[in-house]
Amino acid sequence: MNINATLFGQMVTFALLVWFTMKYVWPPLLQALEERKKKIADGLAAAEKGKHEMELAEKRATSALKDAKDQAAEIVNLAQKRANALVDESKEAAKTEGERILANARSEIDRELESAKEDLRKQVSVLAIDAAEKILQREVDQKKHKEILAGLGKQLG
Amino acid sequence: MATEAHDTGGATGYIVHHLTPLSAGEGFWTLHVDTLFFSVFLGAVFLFFFRKAAEQATSGIPGPLQNFVEMIVEFVDTQVKDSFHGRNALIAPLALSIFVWVFLMNTMDLLPVDLLPDVGKAIGLEYLRVVPSTDLNATFGMSISVFFLIIFYSLKVKGPVHFAKEFLFHPFDSVALIPFNLLLNTVEYLAKPVSLGLRLFGNMYAGELIFILIALLPWWIQPALSFPWAVFHILIITLQAFIFMVLTIVYLSLAHESH
Repeated sequence: MNINATLFGQMVTFALLVWFTMKYVWPPLLQALEERKKKIADGLAAAEKGKHEMELAEKRATSALKDAKDQAAEIVNLAQKRANALVDESKEAAKTEGERILANARSEIDRELESAKEDLRKQVSVLAIDAAEKILQREVDQKKHKEILAGLGKQLG
Repeated sequence: MATEAHDTGGATGYIVHHLTPLSAGEGFWTLHVDTLFFSVFLGAVFLFFFRKAAEQATSGIPGPLQNFVEMIVEFVDTQVKDSFHGRNALIAPLALSIFVWVFLMNTMDLLPVDLLPDVGKAIGLEYLRVVPSTDLNATFGMSISVFFLIIFYSLKVKGPVHFAKEFLFHPFDSVALIPFNLLLNTVEYLAKPVSLGLRLFGNMYAGELIFILIALLPWWIQPALSFPWAVFHILIITLQAFIFMVLTIVYLSLAHESH
């Protein structure tokens, strides 16, 4: 328990220990710690930035999606309208065509009727003349009959 | 072991044997070979592992050794930053050296009290005291070195004139009270290394003594006492290393400030 020269030995040892620590142990360790601190800070900042960018991209994507949807809806709308118009158009065309055909048929019928009437008229007059001739051949009063026939002809004509 | 000691001189003989250092030389020039050997060896252990970690230090992912070393370094660095506000590249490495070295020297206390002395006996060493911090030379070696640093930085930062003025006119600013101030300041300055060295020595010496006393008891009761004491001692050895470090930082911090 007595103080002796060991004290000097311990002091020298202590001094060497501190010197070595100060020169070779402390600086590299502290430098590594500082560098890691910086790295972590940088990493955190980068992560923050990345997150922000992702948010922006998400916003952009959402708006792009919305635009695309709107556009698609518009296109569908337009197509529907066009289809409706086409259907209407063809309906109209079919109607006109039908009417035209109907009108044609009507006029054809009218013409046929007219010519049939004419034929009949001609035939009746021929038959009447025939009948008249026959009558005349039996009753001779040519003069009277001629008058009657003339009157008849006038009526028919 | 204990019985063996009883054979060669009783309980007192056993205790005295355990507290007698392995010495070489005569009078003042005696060297406590065991204290020197263990403190140098533990210092080398400290430097070896910390230098290894420092060499491989990377700012990337640290390995287990670097992780462990960094933990201690950061702990010490925080303490220094908390208490010391000047700029001095010596303080932090000094604090680290003190903390780890004192801790390792104190840790020797946790080895079984008879383990190394018996090994020493087997290789022909009559005495072996394995805990360097139970030697006043070791604790005062550090505290006196710290005292020199206090004086050195006081002179360097404050300047000799200011330092002398502070010594003579503080705390009482009066010419008549110069002798009183001188006495007060001398005591104050001397108390620092003495209290530093004695505190560590006293704690470790007492702890070791209790381990030795427990070793004198019957073998079947020893674990019931030595185990709790060892667990408690883990706290003490860490605390003493911490106190020595923090007080060193505080003293040097005071040396850097002027009143």
